[in-house]
Amino acid sequence: MALLEVHDVHSHYGNIHALKGVSLTVDEGEIVTLIGANGAGKSTTLRTISGLIRPSAGSVRLGGRDIAALKPHAIVAEGVVHVPEGRGIFARLTVDENLSIGAFIRSDAAGIAADLERVFESFPRLKERRRQAGGTLSGGEQQMLAIGRGLMARPRVLLLDEPSMGLAPILVEEIFTIIRRLNAEEGTTILLVEQNALAALDVAHRGYVLETGVVRLSGPAGDLKRDPAVIEAYLGV
Amino acid sequence: MRRSTTGEQLATAMRWLTAIAVVGVLIYGPFQILRSGKYGPENWIAFVIFGLSQGSLYALIALGYTLVYGILRMINFAHGEVFMSGAYIGFFAADALNRAGRLDSTGGALLGLAVITLVAVAGSTTIAVLLERIAYRPLRRAPRLVPLITAIGASLFLQYTFSGLFGSGLRTYPTIDLLKGSFRVGSVPILKVHVLVFVAAVGLMTALYLFVQRTRAGRAMRAVSEDKDTAALMGINVDGVIVQTFMLGGALAGVAGVLHALIYGQVVFNMGFQPGLKAFTAAVLGGIGNVPGAMLGGLFLGVVESLGPALFLEGLGIPAPHQLKDAIAFSLLVLVLVFRPTGILGERVAEKRA
Repeated sequence: MALLEVHDVHSHYGNIHALKGVSLTVDEGEIVTLIGANGAGKSTTLRTISGLIRPSAGSVRLGGRDIAALKPHAIVAEGVVHVPEGRGIFARLTVDENLSIGAFIRSDAAGIAADLERVFESFPRLKERRRQAGGTLSGGEQQMLAIGRGLMARPRVLLLDEPSMGLAPILVEEIFTIIRRLNAEEGTTILLVEQNALAALDVAHRGYVLETGVVRLSGPAGDLKRDPAVIEAYLGV
Repeated sequence: MRRSTTGEQLATAMRWLTAIAVVGVLIYGPFQILRSGKYGPENWIAFVIFGLSQGSLYALIALGYTLVYGILRMINFAHGEVFMSGAYIGFFAADALNRAGRLDSTGGALLGLAVITLVAVAGSTTIAVLLERIAYRPLRRAPRLVPLITAIGASLFLQYTFSGLFGSGLRTYPTIDLLKGSFRVGSVPILKVHVLVFVAAVGLMTALYLFVQRTRAGRAMRAVSEDKDTAALMGINVDGVIVQTFMLGGALAGVAGVLHALIYGQVVFNMGFQPGLKAFTAAVLGGIGNVPGAMLGGLFLGVVESLGPALFLEGLGIPAPHQLKDAIAFSLLVLVLVFRPTGILGERVAEKRA
Protein backbone atom coordinates (compact mmCIF):
# COMPACT_ATOMS: atom_id res chain seq x y z
CA MET A 1 0.00 0.00 0.00
CA ALA A 2 1.24 3.44 -0.92
CA LEU A 3 1.92 5.93 1.88
CA LEU A 4 0.06 8.73 0.11
CA GLU A 5 -2.74 7.87 -2.25
CA VAL A 6 -4.67 10.49 -4.19
CA HIS A 7 -7.61 8.91 -5.96
CA ASP A 8 -9.75 10.54 -8.65
CA VAL A 9 -9.69 13.95 -7.00
CA HIS A 10 -11.71 16.87 -8.37
CA SER A 11 -11.13 20.40 -7.10
CA HIS A 12 -12.67 23.74 -7.93
CA TYR A 13 -11.51 27.32 -7.62
CA GLY A 14 -14.80 29.14 -7.68
CA ASN A 15 -16.22 28.17 -11.07
CA ILE A 16 -12.97 26.82 -12.43
CA HIS A 17 -12.74 23.06 -12.47
CA ALA A 18 -9.01 22.88 -11.72
CA LEU A 19 -8.53 19.16 -11.04
CA LYS A 20 -10.54 16.72 -13.11
CA GLY A 21 -9.92 13.36 -11.54
CA VAL A 22 -6.26 13.33 -10.53
CA SER A 23 -4.85 10.09 -9.14
CA LEU A 24 -1.33 9.53 -7.92
CA THR A 25 0.56 7.57 -5.30
CA VAL A 26 3.72 8.15 -3.31
CA ASP A 27 5.47 5.23 -1.62
CA GLU A 28 7.42 5.48 1.59
CA GLY A 29 10.98 6.69 0.91
CA GLU A 30 10.25 7.88 -2.62
CA ILE A 31 10.72 11.19 -4.35
CA VAL A 32 7.81 11.66 -6.74
CA THR A 33 7.60 14.68 -8.96
CA LEU A 34 4.63 16.38 -10.50
CA ILE A 35 5.50 18.34 -13.63
CA GLY A 36 3.46 20.27 -16.13
CA ALA A 37 2.85 23.69 -17.59
CA ASN A 38 1.63 26.73 -15.71
CA GLY A 39 -1.98 26.29 -14.72
CA ALA A 40 -1.92 22.52 -15.18
CA GLY A 41 -3.05 22.07 -11.58
CA LYS A 42 0.23 21.15 -9.88
CA SER A 43 -0.09 23.57 -6.99
CA THR A 44 -3.80 22.89 -6.76
CA THR A 45 -3.00 19.21 -6.30
CA LEU A 46 -0.70 20.00 -3.37
CA ARG A 47 -3.17 22.47 -1.88
CA THR A 48 -5.86 19.81 -2.09
CA ILE A 49 -3.67 17.22 -0.38
CA SER A 50 -2.82 19.63 2.44
CA GLY A 51 -6.44 20.66 2.88
CA LEU A 52 -6.23 24.31 1.82
CA ILE A 53 -8.72 23.37 -0.89
CA ARG A 54 -11.42 20.88 -0.08
CA PRO A 55 -11.86 18.45 -3.01
CA SER A 56 -15.34 18.23 -4.46
CA ALA A 57 -14.90 14.53 -5.15
CA GLY A 58 -12.33 11.78 -4.70
CA SER A 59 -10.18 10.68 -1.78
CA VAL A 60 -6.80 11.50 -0.29
CA ARG A 61 -5.41 8.70 1.86
CA LEU A 62 -2.42 8.72 4.10
CA GLY A 63 -1.39 5.26 5.25
CA GLY A 64 -4.88 4.10 4.27
CA ARG A 65 -6.74 6.74 6.29
CA ASP A 66 -8.87 9.24 4.37
CA ILE A 67 -7.73 12.76 5.24
CA ALA A 68 -9.62 14.67 2.55
CA ALA A 69 -12.27 15.99 4.96
CA LEU A 70 -9.78 17.19 7.60
CA LYS A 71 -8.83 20.82 8.18
CA PRO A 72 -5.31 21.81 7.13
CA HIS A 73 -3.95 21.92 10.68
CA ALA A 74 -5.28 18.44 11.37
CA ILE A 75 -3.69 17.15 8.17
CA VAL A 76 -0.32 18.46 9.38
CA ALA A 77 -0.85 16.51 12.57
CA GLU A 78 -1.35 13.39 10.42
CA GLY A 79 2.11 13.94 8.97
CA VAL A 80 1.60 15.74 5.65
CA VAL A 81 3.66 18.92 5.57
CA HIS A 82 3.33 21.34 2.68
CA VAL A 83 6.08 23.87 1.91
CA PRO A 84 4.05 26.33 -0.14
CA GLU A 85 4.89 28.07 -3.37
CA GLY A 86 6.59 31.39 -2.62
CA ARG A 87 7.99 29.80 0.57
CA GLY A 88 5.55 31.35 3.03
CA ILE A 89 8.22 32.65 5.37
CA PHE A 90 6.84 34.69 8.26
CA ALA A 91 8.72 37.87 7.46
CA ARG A 92 8.44 39.47 10.87
CA LEU A 93 9.26 36.36 12.85
CA THR A 94 12.90 35.48 13.39
CA VAL A 95 14.52 32.45 11.78
CA ASP A 96 14.34 30.70 15.16
CA GLU A 97 10.68 31.55 15.52
CA ASN A 98 9.91 30.36 12.00
CA LEU A 99 11.58 27.05 12.77
CA SER A 100 9.80 26.63 16.07
CA ILE A 101 6.48 27.35 14.34
CA GLY A 102 7.42 24.45 12.06
CA ALA A 103 7.41 22.19 15.11
CA PHE A 104 4.12 23.67 16.34
CA ILE A 105 2.28 20.34 16.42
CA ARG A 106 5.00 18.63 18.45
CA SER A 107 5.51 18.69 22.19
CA ASP A 108 8.66 16.55 22.57
CA ALA A 109 11.06 19.32 23.58
CA ALA A 110 14.15 17.10 23.35
CA GLY A 111 13.25 15.83 19.91
CA ILE A 112 12.54 19.35 18.68
CA ALA A 113 15.91 20.58 19.97
CA ALA A 114 17.67 17.67 18.24
CA ASP A 115 15.85 18.36 14.97
CA LEU A 116 16.72 22.04 15.22
CA GLU A 117 20.38 21.07 15.43
CA ARG A 118 19.99 18.82 12.40
CA VAL A 119 18.37 21.61 10.41
CA PHE A 120 21.23 23.93 11.38
CA GLU A 121 23.71 21.25 10.32
CA SER A 122 22.04 20.99 6.93
CA PHE A 123 21.70 24.76 6.59
CA PRO A 124 24.56 26.43 8.49
CA ARG A 125 23.60 29.82 7.09
CA LEU A 126 20.30 29.66 8.95
CA LYS A 127 22.19 29.20 12.20
CA GLU A 128 24.21 32.33 11.52
CA ARG A 129 21.02 34.24 10.96
CA ARG A 130 18.83 32.66 13.58
CA ARG A 131 17.95 35.93 15.33
CA GLN A 132 17.26 37.80 12.11
CA ALA A 133 13.73 38.46 10.87
CA GLY A 134 12.72 35.99 8.15
CA GLY A 135 11.94 38.81 5.75
CA THR A 136 15.57 39.96 5.73
CA LEU A 137 16.89 36.69 4.28
CA SER A 138 17.81 36.27 0.63
CA GLY A 139 15.61 34.17 -1.63
CA GLY A 140 17.87 31.13 -1.33
CA GLU A 141 18.06 31.41 2.44
CA GLN A 142 14.30 31.76 2.63
CA GLN A 143 13.88 28.58 0.62
CA MET A 144 16.24 26.76 2.96
CA LEU A 145 14.30 28.14 5.91
CA ALA A 146 11.04 26.98 4.34
CA ILE A 147 12.38 23.46 3.85
CA GLY A 148 14.01 23.41 7.28
CA ARG A 149 10.78 24.60 8.84
CA GLY A 150 8.90 21.82 7.03
CA LEU A 151 11.34 19.25 8.40
CA MET A 152 10.81 20.52 11.94
CA ALA A 153 7.37 18.89 11.84
CA ARG A 154 8.98 15.45 11.19
CA PRO A 155 6.74 14.89 8.19
CA ARG A 156 5.74 11.46 6.92
CA VAL A 157 5.36 13.15 3.52
CA LEU A 158 6.91 16.47 2.55
CA LEU A 159 5.13 18.39 -0.21
CA LEU A 160 7.46 20.86 -1.93
CA ASP A 161 5.92 23.44 -4.25
CA GLU A 162 8.37 25.02 -6.72
CA PRO A 163 11.39 25.10 -4.41
CA SER A 164 13.62 26.39 -7.22
CA MET A 165 11.36 29.27 -8.22
CA GLY A 166 13.08 32.63 -8.45
CA LEU A 167 16.51 31.33 -7.46
CA ALA A 168 19.82 31.83 -9.24
CA PRO A 169 21.03 28.72 -11.14
CA ILE A 170 23.73 27.92 -8.59
CA LEU A 171 21.17 28.01 -5.78
CA VAL A 172 18.77 25.87 -7.77
CA GLU A 173 21.46 23.23 -7.95
CA GLU A 174 22.05 23.51 -4.21
CA ILE A 175 18.35 23.12 -3.44
CA PHE A 176 18.13 19.95 -5.57
CA THR A 177 21.22 18.55 -3.88
CA ILE A 178 19.54 19.14 -0.55
CA ILE A 179 16.35 17.43 -1.71
CA ARG A 180 18.29 14.39 -2.89
CA ARG A 181 20.23 14.23 0.36
CA LEU A 182 17.12 14.56 2.56
CA ASN A 183 15.69 11.60 0.75
CA ALA A 184 18.82 9.45 0.56
CA GLU A 185 20.17 10.08 4.05
CA GLU A 186 17.08 10.75 6.13
CA GLY A 187 14.60 8.71 4.13
CA THR A 188 12.22 11.66 3.79
CA THR A 189 9.32 10.94 1.46
CA ILE A 190 8.84 13.83 -0.93
CA LEU A 191 6.21 14.92 -3.43
CA LEU A 192 7.87 17.59 -5.53
CA VAL A 193 6.13 20.07 -7.80
CA GLU A 194 8.47 21.79 -10.27
CA GLN A 195 8.57 24.01 -13.32
CA ASN A 196 12.13 22.92 -13.81
CA ALA A 197 11.11 19.52 -15.17
CA LEU A 198 14.59 18.31 -16.08
CA ALA A 199 16.07 18.90 -12.65
CA ALA A 200 12.98 17.44 -10.99
CA LEU A 201 13.15 14.26 -13.08
CA ASP A 202 16.85 14.00 -12.23
CA VAL A 203 16.21 13.75 -8.50
CA ALA A 204 12.89 11.91 -8.55
CA HIS A 205 12.22 8.18 -8.65
CA ARG A 206 8.91 8.53 -10.43
CA GLY A 207 6.98 11.31 -12.07
CA TYR A 208 3.52 12.40 -13.18
CA VAL A 209 2.85 14.81 -16.02
CA LEU A 210 -0.19 16.98 -15.38
CA GLU A 211 -2.09 18.75 -18.14
CA THR A 212 -5.12 20.98 -17.46
CA GLY A 213 -6.16 19.08 -14.39
CA VAL A 214 -5.58 15.56 -15.73
CA VAL A 215 -2.63 13.18 -15.39
CA ARG A 216 -1.37 12.65 -18.97
CA LEU A 217 1.62 10.44 -18.32
CA SER A 218 3.29 8.71 -15.43
CA GLY A 219 6.17 6.38 -14.84
CA PRO A 220 9.74 6.07 -13.62
CA ALA A 221 11.56 9.39 -13.89
CA GLY A 222 14.16 7.93 -16.26
CA ASP A 223 11.46 6.80 -18.71
CA LEU A 224 9.70 10.17 -18.63
CA LYS A 225 12.95 11.93 -19.38
CA ARG A 226 13.25 9.90 -22.59
CA ASP A 227 9.59 10.21 -23.56
CA PRO A 228 9.37 12.22 -26.79
CA ALA A 229 6.18 13.97 -25.73
CA VAL A 230 7.73 15.05 -22.43
CA ILE A 231 10.92 16.16 -24.13
CA GLU A 232 9.02 18.26 -26.58
CA ALA A 233 6.60 19.81 -24.14
CA TYR A 234 8.63 20.28 -20.96
CA LEU A 235 12.31 19.73 -21.42
CA GLY A 236 12.63 22.47 -23.98
CA VAL A 237 14.73 20.63 -26.52
CA MET B 1 9.39 62.92 -14.50
CA ARG B 2 5.67 62.62 -14.28
CA ARG B 3 3.91 65.95 -13.91
CA SER B 4 1.50 66.06 -11.01
CA THR B 5 -2.09 66.91 -11.76
CA THR B 6 -3.81 70.04 -10.50
CA GLY B 7 -5.70 67.92 -8.00
CA GLU B 8 -2.51 66.54 -6.55
CA GLN B 9 -0.95 69.99 -6.36
CA LEU B 10 -4.02 71.26 -4.58
CA ALA B 11 -3.92 68.36 -2.13
CA THR B 12 -0.25 69.02 -1.38
CA ALA B 13 -0.93 72.71 -0.88
CA MET B 14 -3.79 71.92 1.47
CA ARG B 15 -1.57 69.60 3.47
CA TRP B 16 1.06 72.27 3.83
CA LEU B 17 -1.52 74.85 4.88
CA THR B 18 -2.93 72.42 7.45
CA ALA B 19 0.55 71.68 8.74
CA ILE B 20 1.35 75.37 9.10
CA ALA B 21 -1.94 76.08 10.86
CA VAL B 22 -1.42 73.16 13.25
CA VAL B 23 2.14 74.16 14.04
CA GLY B 24 0.97 77.72 14.59
CA VAL B 25 -1.63 76.60 17.12
CA LEU B 26 0.88 74.28 18.77
CA ILE B 27 3.31 77.18 19.28
CA TYR B 28 1.10 80.19 19.82
CA GLY B 29 -1.40 78.55 22.24
CA PRO B 30 1.16 77.22 24.73
CA PHE B 31 3.18 80.44 24.46
CA GLN B 32 0.17 82.56 25.45
CA ILE B 33 -1.06 80.34 28.24
CA LEU B 34 2.36 79.77 29.78
CA ARG B 35 3.05 83.49 29.70
CA SER B 36 -0.26 84.20 31.41
CA GLY B 37 0.77 81.99 34.32
CA LYS B 38 -2.79 80.83 34.87
CA TYR B 39 -1.70 77.24 35.56
CA GLY B 40 1.13 76.33 37.91
CA PRO B 41 3.32 73.23 37.63
CA GLU B 42 1.01 71.23 39.92
CA ASN B 43 -1.87 71.91 37.51
CA TRP B 44 0.08 70.62 34.57
CA ILE B 45 1.14 67.55 36.52
CA ALA B 46 -2.48 66.95 37.48
CA PHE B 47 -3.48 67.18 33.79
CA VAL B 48 -0.83 64.65 32.85
CA ILE B 49 -1.83 62.24 35.60
CA PHE B 50 -5.48 62.43 34.67
CA GLY B 51 -4.48 61.96 31.04
CA LEU B 52 -2.40 58.89 31.84
CA SER B 53 -5.22 57.21 33.71
CA GLN B 54 -7.75 58.03 31.00
CA GLY B 55 -5.18 56.99 28.41
CA SER B 56 -4.69 53.67 30.19
CA LEU B 57 -8.35 52.91 29.58
CA TYR B 58 -8.05 53.88 25.93
CA ALA B 59 -4.97 51.71 25.62
CA LEU B 60 -6.65 48.65 27.12
CA ILE B 61 -9.60 49.00 24.76
CA ALA B 62 -7.37 49.91 21.80
CA LEU B 63 -5.52 46.61 22.23
CA GLY B 64 -8.74 44.80 21.38
CA TYR B 65 -9.10 46.74 18.13
CA THR B 66 -5.50 46.27 17.19
CA LEU B 67 -5.31 42.55 18.01
CA VAL B 68 -8.38 41.77 15.95
CA TYR B 69 -7.21 44.02 13.13
CA GLY B 70 -3.81 42.34 13.18
CA ILE B 71 -5.40 38.92 12.70
CA LEU B 72 -8.42 39.63 10.49
CA ARG B 73 -7.68 43.06 8.91
CA MET B 74 -11.07 44.08 10.16
CA ILE B 75 -12.22 46.84 12.52
CA ASN B 76 -14.46 45.36 15.18
CA PHE B 77 -16.65 48.41 15.69
CA ALA B 78 -18.66 46.54 18.30
CA HIS B 79 -15.63 46.46 20.57
CA GLY B 80 -16.82 49.53 22.51
CA GLU B 81 -19.90 47.50 23.41
CA VAL B 82 -17.73 44.62 24.58
CA PHE B 83 -16.20 47.16 26.97
CA MET B 84 -19.66 48.36 27.99
CA SER B 85 -20.88 44.83 28.63
CA GLY B 86 -17.88 44.19 30.88
CA ALA B 87 -18.60 47.30 32.91
CA TYR B 88 -22.33 46.54 33.02
CA ILE B 89 -22.02 42.88 33.98
CA GLY B 90 -19.39 43.83 36.56
CA PHE B 91 -21.94 46.28 37.96
CA PHE B 92 -24.26 43.45 38.95
CA ALA B 93 -21.47 41.74 40.86
CA ALA B 94 -20.45 45.00 42.50
CA ASP B 95 -24.02 45.84 43.42
CA ALA B 96 -24.66 42.42 44.94
CA LEU B 97 -21.43 42.51 46.92
CA ASN B 98 -22.19 46.01 48.13
CA ARG B 99 -25.69 45.09 49.30
CA ALA B 100 -24.22 42.20 51.21
CA GLY B 101 -21.80 44.64 52.84
CA ARG B 102 -18.79 42.78 51.45
CA LEU B 103 -16.95 45.84 50.12
CA ASP B 104 -16.54 47.68 53.43
CA SER B 105 -13.42 46.15 54.97
CA THR B 106 -10.06 46.41 53.22
CA GLY B 107 -9.78 42.67 52.71
CA GLY B 108 -13.36 42.48 51.55
CA ALA B 109 -12.83 45.30 49.08
CA LEU B 110 -9.75 43.65 47.57
CA LEU B 111 -11.52 40.31 47.26
CA GLY B 112 -14.60 42.11 45.99
CA LEU B 113 -12.62 43.92 43.29
CA ALA B 114 -11.16 40.61 42.18
CA VAL B 115 -14.62 39.05 41.98
CA ILE B 116 -16.09 42.06 40.13
CA THR B 117 -13.23 41.98 37.64
CA LEU B 118 -13.59 38.23 37.10
CA VAL B 119 -17.31 38.51 36.51
CA ALA B 120 -16.83 41.47 34.16
CA VAL B 121 -14.07 39.70 32.22
CA ALA B 122 -16.13 36.53 31.95
CA GLY B 123 -19.02 38.59 30.60
CA SER B 124 -17.08 40.69 28.11
CA THR B 125 -15.06 37.70 26.89
CA THR B 126 -18.23 35.72 26.29
CA ILE B 127 -19.75 38.59 24.34
CA ALA B 128 -16.57 38.99 22.26
CA VAL B 129 -16.46 35.28 21.42
CA LEU B 130 -20.16 35.21 20.53
CA LEU B 131 -19.66 38.23 18.27
CA GLU B 132 -16.91 36.42 16.40
CA ARG B 133 -18.86 33.18 16.15
CA ILE B 134 -22.24 34.61 15.17
CA ALA B 135 -21.52 37.91 13.43
CA TYR B 136 -18.07 37.68 11.88
CA ARG B 137 -17.06 34.09 11.17
CA PRO B 138 -19.81 33.44 8.63
CA LEU B 139 -18.54 36.52 6.75
CA ARG B 140 -14.86 35.60 6.81
CA ARG B 141 -14.70 35.37 3.01
CA ALA B 142 -17.07 38.26 2.28
CA PRO B 143 -15.84 41.61 0.93
CA ARG B 144 -14.40 43.84 3.64
CA LEU B 145 -17.30 46.25 3.76
CA VAL B 146 -19.70 43.50 4.80
CA PRO B 147 -18.18 42.63 8.21
CA LEU B 148 -17.70 46.35 8.85
CA ILE B 149 -21.40 47.04 8.43
CA THR B 150 -22.17 43.94 10.47
CA ALA B 151 -19.94 45.27 13.25
CA ILE B 152 -21.89 48.50 13.38
CA GLY B 153 -25.11 46.49 13.46
CA ALA B 154 -23.75 44.29 16.25
CA SER B 155 -22.74 47.40 18.15
CA LEU B 156 -26.27 48.83 18.03
CA PHE B 157 -27.73 45.41 18.79
CA LEU B 158 -25.68 45.14 21.97
CA GLN B 159 -26.47 48.69 23.09
CA TYR B 160 -30.19 48.29 22.72
CA THR B 161 -30.22 44.78 24.13
CA PHE B 162 -28.66 46.13 27.32
CA SER B 163 -31.01 49.09 27.25
CA GLY B 164 -34.00 46.80 26.77
CA LEU B 165 -32.99 44.33 29.44
CA PHE B 166 -31.64 46.67 32.10
CA GLY B 167 -33.17 50.03 31.30
CA SER B 168 -31.77 53.10 29.63
CA GLY B 169 -30.96 55.02 32.81
CA LEU B 170 -27.66 55.42 34.58
CA ARG B 171 -26.79 52.83 37.20
CA THR B 172 -24.60 53.96 40.04
CA TYR B 173 -21.61 51.81 40.84
CA PRO B 174 -21.07 51.33 44.54
CA THR B 175 -18.19 53.39 45.89
CA ILE B 176 -15.41 51.44 47.47
CA ASP B 177 -13.97 53.18 50.54
CA LEU B 178 -10.57 51.68 49.95
CA LEU B 179 -10.26 53.60 46.68
CA LYS B 180 -11.53 56.92 47.99
CA GLY B 181 -9.19 59.82 48.53
CA SER B 182 -5.79 60.56 47.20
CA PHE B 183 -2.07 60.31 47.78
CA ARG B 184 0.02 63.41 47.99
CA VAL B 185 3.24 63.66 46.10
CA GLY B 186 4.72 67.00 47.10
CA SER B 187 1.90 69.45 46.64
CA VAL B 188 0.19 67.39 43.97
CA PRO B 189 -2.74 65.20 45.00
CA ILE B 190 -3.10 61.98 43.04
CA LEU B 191 -6.39 60.11 43.23
CA LYS B 192 -5.94 56.54 44.43
CA VAL B 193 -8.25 55.28 41.74
CA HIS B 194 -6.06 56.85 39.04
CA VAL B 195 -3.04 55.08 40.43
CA LEU B 196 -4.92 51.79 40.45
CA VAL B 197 -6.04 52.27 36.85
CA PHE B 198 -2.58 53.15 35.61
CA VAL B 199 -0.82 50.34 37.48
CA ALA B 200 -3.39 47.75 36.43
CA ALA B 201 -3.22 48.83 32.81
CA VAL B 202 0.57 48.86 32.65
CA GLY B 203 0.68 45.44 34.29
CA LEU B 204 -1.80 43.98 31.83
CA MET B 205 -0.10 45.54 28.83
CA THR B 206 3.26 44.15 29.91
CA ALA B 207 1.70 40.73 30.37
CA LEU B 208 0.06 40.92 26.96
CA TYR B 209 3.28 42.00 25.29
CA LEU B 210 5.19 39.11 26.86
CA PHE B 211 2.42 36.72 25.90
CA VAL B 212 2.52 37.77 22.26
CA GLN B 213 6.32 37.83 22.04
CA ARG B 214 7.40 34.91 24.21
CA THR B 215 4.80 32.18 24.28
CA ARG B 216 3.93 29.46 21.80
CA ALA B 217 0.36 30.74 21.54
CA GLY B 218 1.64 34.28 20.97
CA ARG B 219 3.92 33.05 18.22
CA ALA B 220 1.01 31.27 16.59
CA MET B 221 -0.96 34.49 16.79
CA ARG B 222 1.79 36.45 15.05
CA ALA B 223 2.08 33.76 12.39
CA VAL B 224 -1.67 33.86 11.71
CA SER B 225 -1.51 37.63 11.53
CA GLU B 226 1.09 37.42 8.79
CA ASP B 227 -0.28 34.62 6.67
CA LYS B 228 -3.27 32.47 7.58
CA ASP B 229 -2.78 29.79 4.94
CA THR B 230 0.85 29.17 5.78
CA ALA B 231 0.04 29.21 9.49
CA ALA B 232 -2.52 26.47 8.84
CA LEU B 233 0.15 24.51 6.95
CA MET B 234 2.28 24.63 10.11
CA GLY B 235 -0.47 22.85 12.02
CA ILE B 236 -1.90 25.97 13.64
CA ASN B 237 -5.66 25.93 14.13
CA VAL B 238 -6.40 29.31 12.58
CA ASP B 239 -10.01 29.49 13.80
CA GLY B 240 -8.78 28.67 17.29
CA VAL B 241 -6.24 31.49 17.18
CA ILE B 242 -8.92 33.91 15.98
CA VAL B 243 -11.16 32.96 18.90
CA GLN B 244 -8.23 33.39 21.30
CA THR B 245 -7.63 36.84 19.88
CA PHE B 246 -11.22 37.89 20.48
CA MET B 247 -10.99 36.43 23.99
CA LEU B 248 -7.87 38.44 24.79
CA GLY B 249 -9.36 41.66 23.44
CA GLY B 250 -12.62 40.95 25.26
CA ALA B 251 -10.87 40.27 28.57
CA LEU B 252 -8.84 43.49 28.37
CA ALA B 253 -11.99 45.44 27.52
CA GLY B 254 -13.73 43.85 30.52
CA VAL B 255 -10.98 45.02 32.87
CA ALA B 256 -11.13 48.45 31.25
CA GLY B 257 -14.89 48.45 31.86
CA VAL B 258 -14.46 47.87 35.59
CA LEU B 259 -11.69 50.48 35.84
CA HIS B 260 -13.81 52.99 33.94
CA ALA B 261 -16.72 52.36 36.29
CA LEU B 262 -14.45 52.82 39.31
CA ILE B 263 -13.37 56.24 38.04
CA TYR B 264 -16.75 57.52 36.90
CA GLY B 265 -18.97 55.58 39.29
CA GLN B 266 -21.72 54.70 36.85
CA VAL B 267 -22.71 52.51 33.93
CA VAL B 268 -25.20 53.04 31.14
CA PHE B 269 -26.07 51.09 27.99
CA ASN B 270 -24.36 53.51 25.58
CA MET B 271 -21.23 54.15 27.63
CA GLY B 272 -19.13 52.13 25.19
CA PHE B 273 -19.63 54.37 22.20
CA GLN B 274 -17.36 57.27 22.99
CA PRO B 275 -14.49 55.34 24.67
CA GLY B 276 -14.75 52.85 21.81
CA LEU B 277 -14.22 55.57 19.23
CA LYS B 278 -11.41 57.11 21.25
CA ALA B 279 -9.71 53.76 21.64
CA PHE B 280 -10.05 53.16 17.92
CA THR B 281 -8.43 56.56 17.41
CA ALA B 282 -5.66 55.52 19.78
CA ALA B 283 -5.10 52.29 17.87
CA VAL B 284 -4.85 54.16 14.57
CA LEU B 285 -2.61 56.74 16.21
CA GLY B 286 -0.17 54.08 17.37
CA GLY B 287 -0.35 52.12 14.11
CA ILE B 288 -3.25 49.71 13.83
CA GLY B 289 -2.23 46.08 14.17
CA ASN B 290 0.74 47.03 16.30
CA VAL B 291 0.48 46.02 19.98
CA PRO B 292 2.97 48.48 21.51
CA GLY B 293 1.48 51.09 19.17
CA ALA B 294 -1.96 50.67 20.73
CA MET B 295 -0.52 51.08 24.21
CA LEU B 296 1.45 54.14 23.24
CA GLY B 297 -1.41 55.59 21.19
CA GLY B 298 -3.82 55.20 24.11
CA LEU B 299 -1.58 56.91 26.63
CA PHE B 300 -0.67 59.62 24.15
CA LEU B 301 -4.28 60.33 23.28
CA GLY B 302 -5.26 60.43 26.95
CA VAL B 303 -2.53 62.94 27.77
CA VAL B 304 -3.12 65.14 24.71
CA GLU B 305 -6.82 65.20 25.40
CA SER B 306 -6.26 66.15 29.01
CA LEU B 307 -3.54 68.74 28.43
CA GLY B 308 -4.77 70.01 25.09
CA PRO B 309 -7.64 72.31 26.02
CA ALA B 310 -5.56 74.28 28.51
CA LEU B 311 -2.28 74.05 26.70
CA PHE B 312 -3.27 74.62 23.10
CA LEU B 313 -6.72 76.20 23.07
CA GLU B 314 -7.09 78.41 26.10
CA GLY B 315 -4.23 80.65 25.02
CA LEU B 316 -6.02 81.28 21.75
CA GLY B 317 -8.84 82.94 23.64
CA ILE B 318 -11.34 80.14 23.11
CA PRO B 319 -14.03 80.61 25.77
CA ALA B 320 -14.75 77.04 26.91
CA PRO B 321 -11.72 75.01 25.83
CA HIS B 322 -12.46 72.04 28.07
CA GLN B 323 -15.64 71.34 26.12
CA LEU B 324 -13.41 70.76 23.14
CA LYS B 325 -11.36 67.81 24.34
CA ASP B 326 -13.22 65.40 22.07
CA ALA B 327 -12.65 67.76 19.18
CA ILE B 328 -8.94 67.64 19.98
CA ALA B 329 -8.95 63.85 20.06
CA PHE B 330 -10.62 63.51 16.68
CA SER B 331 -8.59 66.32 15.12
CA LEU B 332 -5.59 64.30 16.14
CA LEU B 333 -7.09 61.29 14.33
CA VAL B 334 -7.62 63.33 11.17
CA LEU B 335 -4.10 64.76 11.34
CA VAL B 336 -2.58 61.32 11.74
CA LEU B 337 -4.58 59.99 8.82
CA VAL B 338 -3.45 62.92 6.67
CA PHE B 339 0.22 63.06 7.61
CA ARG B 340 1.11 59.59 8.80
CA PRO B 341 -1.59 57.08 7.88
CA THR B 342 0.43 54.19 9.29
CA GLY B 343 0.45 55.68 12.80
CA ILE B 344 3.33 56.35 15.16
CA LEU B 345 4.78 52.83 15.19
CA GLY B 346 3.11 51.51 12.08
CA GLU B 347 5.18 50.36 9.16
CA ARG B 348 4.01 50.18 5.62
CA VAL B 349 3.92 46.49 4.97
CA ALA B 350 3.67 45.41 1.38
CA GLU B 351 0.44 43.59 0.65
CA LYS B 352 1.09 39.90 0.84
CA ARG B 353 0.78 37.70 -2.18
CA ALA B 354 -2.78 36.76 -3.11
